[in-house]
Amino acid sequence: MKIIVLVKQVPDTYGERTLDPTTGWIDRAGSDAVIDEIDERALEVALSYKDAHKGTEVVVLSMGSKAVTVGLRKGLAMGADSAVHVLDAALEGADAGWTAAAIAAALTSTGFDLVIAGNESTDGGGGVVPAMVAEHLGLAHMTFLESVDISADQVAGERATGQGTLRVHASLPAVISITENLPEARFPNFRGIMSAKKKPFRVASLGDLGIDPAVTFAGVGRSVVLQATKRPARTAGTKIVDEGNAGVELADFLVAGHLI
Amino acid sequence: MSNILALIEVSSNGDLRDSTSSLLAAAARIGSPVAVVVTTPGAGSALVERLGNLGAAQVFLAEIDQGGTLLVAPQVDALAAAVSTLAPGAILTVNSVEGRDVAARLGVRIGAGLVIDAVNLRSEGLTIVATHSVFGGAYTVESTVQGGPMIVTVREGVIEGAADAAVPVVTTVSLTSDASNSAVIDEVIDVVVASTRPGLRGATRVVSGGRGLGSQEKFSLVDQLADALGAAVGASRAAVDAGFVAQACQVGQTGVTVSPQLYVALGISGAIQHRAGMQTAKTIVAINKDADAPIFDIADFGIVGDVFTVVPQLIAAIESRGKK
Ligand SMILES: Cc1cc2nc3c(=O)[nH]c(=O)nc-3n(C[C@H](O)[C@H](O)[C@H](O)COP(=O)(O)OP(=O)(O)OC[C@H]3O[C@@H](n4cnc5c(N)ncnc54)[C@H](O)[C@@H]3O)c2cc1C
Ligand SMILES: Nc1ncnc2c1ncn2[C@@H]1O[C@H](COP(=O)(O)O)[C@@H](O)[C@H]1O
Repeated sequence: MKIIVLVKQVPDTYGERTLDPTTGWIDRAGSDAVIDEIDERALEVALSYKDAHKGTEVVVLSMGSKAVTVGLRKGLAMGADSAVHVLDAALEGADAGWTAAAIAAALTSTGFDLVIAGNESTDGGGGVVPAMVAEHLGLAHMTFLESVDISADQVAGERATGQGTLRVHASLPAVISITENLPEARFPNFRGIMSAKKKPFRVASLGDLGIDPAVTFAGVGRSVVLQATKRPARTAGTKIVDEGNAGVELADFLVAGHLI
Repeated sequence: MSNILALIEVSSNGDLRDSTSSLLAAAARIGSPVAVVVTTPGAGSALVERLGNLGAAQVFLAEIDQGGTLLVAPQVDALAAAVSTLAPGAILTVNSVEGRDVAARLGVRIGAGLVIDAVNLRSEGLTIVATHSVFGGAYTVESTVQGGPMIVTVREGVIEGAADAAVPVVTTVSLTSDASNSAVIDEVIDVVVASTRPGLRGATRVVSGGRGLGSQEKFSLVDQLADALGAAVGASRAAVDAGFVAQACQVGQTGVTVSPQLYVALGISGAIQHRAGMQTAKTIVAINKDADAPIFDIADFGIVGDVFTVVPQLIAAIESRGKK
């Protein structure tokens, strides 16, 4: 079984994240870049399947700037067998449509049985890339899975919908995305870090993947940011230390604000 | 006015989802709302009058037998069929799990650009402009689609007001979806809302509990205050991870985003990822033992104290006022 995990490099959510006011793009220089936590969980799903099924091949794949190398190396150190980096200056500021087209082309060039992604990236991605990739490839998708059961020829799971749960399955090959209900990822160990340096690492440009943006995206709608405005930060109000009467004082505050 | 397609979500027993009214209101802001619905053959006509009352000028019924068995393929096919007959100015779905999947697949199929998680929509001449609230409300961003069709997913419950009622023009088509590239639904387990408590999304008051509540049993303090205030119950990720409360209650970056009149944070430190889901609340109240907890930086009223002494006193004070 060959499993490809889609990983995206995002600004660390523990830091303050900023947008470039002129382009509306995420200011990636302004914060530390890490692999999105949800994608590490996606990799964990693949690696735990590999632990139990010898002969499984796990590939980490990312589209992004030069900085993505670090994240892909971490994926290799965690236990992936090889990495694919889609890198092309024309992809700077790519919207979901361009991203999905580039990822789908890279997946076609690599071949796979199962693609695992995160349900939603934390840097303002909209939780749409995995299903877009599936449509490009003409495959079934199952997104927002809260549990995953992989077998030799199919994948099944439970999908959270907001209103309840669906039990779903699809024949392989298929594209799935998982939620943070799945376990946290393992840490890379020393041996993993050392062996990562020797693992295959392929860099592919759009040309390598047979994409000429002027042709491939002709007539295709592209989302563009018109304007980005920073809202004034919130400030602290009253702060009291409880000396036995704080509950009553809070009730008074709520009454004064017509909140009760 | 151009046609604006709105994909209406229907529950497993055929009822319109609560999101219907706000999605049609969103469509009415930028054109003439067309409700697109997937139904089993014959079942759609029962929905037409209600869709008209909620503002649909037209109803496009796609009768597809596989509606309950194939995962979103019927919804994608229904919209694709409506696009080819109605030449819409834009296509709207709810920014739900299903809505985003449909938007994603349809976008690739018809070469549309996607605008995700809009909180408002307006027309500027021929351009449709969507507004977003990004990084937990730290930024307001406006976007549009250039060079091709536009699909927008609209955040649930944020667009208020209702479109004017209409007597809709009805189109019925019968379709069959390709089962070979769709996942199969084996079972639908809809949540039965047993409590009378308001839902988290769109709630006007929210009381959330964090790791500071200590255990699942003691988390009931959050429920008690929520009931005293008529509020929805929320939680931090740490409280969810510890099993105090269901994942659906998680507020924050990777949970629900709320924007209530009143948000009460009990035993929550206020990590940046939690604040991303609640910092646009009108009034924020926090109770935390640690005077340095970051939640106090954004609280309008902060109490440095123990939730287990302050909250019971607060509930008693609220109740005694109720009796006066
Ligand atoms: C990618 C990513 C996404 C994330 N998404 C989310 C998200 O969506 N939502 C979210 O909430 N978090 C999210 N987190 C986690 C976040 O970083 C924090 O770990 C989490 O919010 C902490 O929850 P907490 O405040 O309940 O716990 P803690 O940080 O442990 O805080 C508990 C607080 O309770 C106080 N306390 C203890 N006992 C009492 C008492 N008796 N009375 C009063 N106060 C008391 C303590 O002083 C402390 O401040 C995310 C993290 C990552 C990396
Ligand atoms: N540039 C990218 N490179 C690799 N994977 C991506 C990229 N963008 C999105 N993905 C995958 O798609 C998931 C959902 O992303 P999004 O649709 O952007 O919210 C992520 O968790 C990743 O698994």
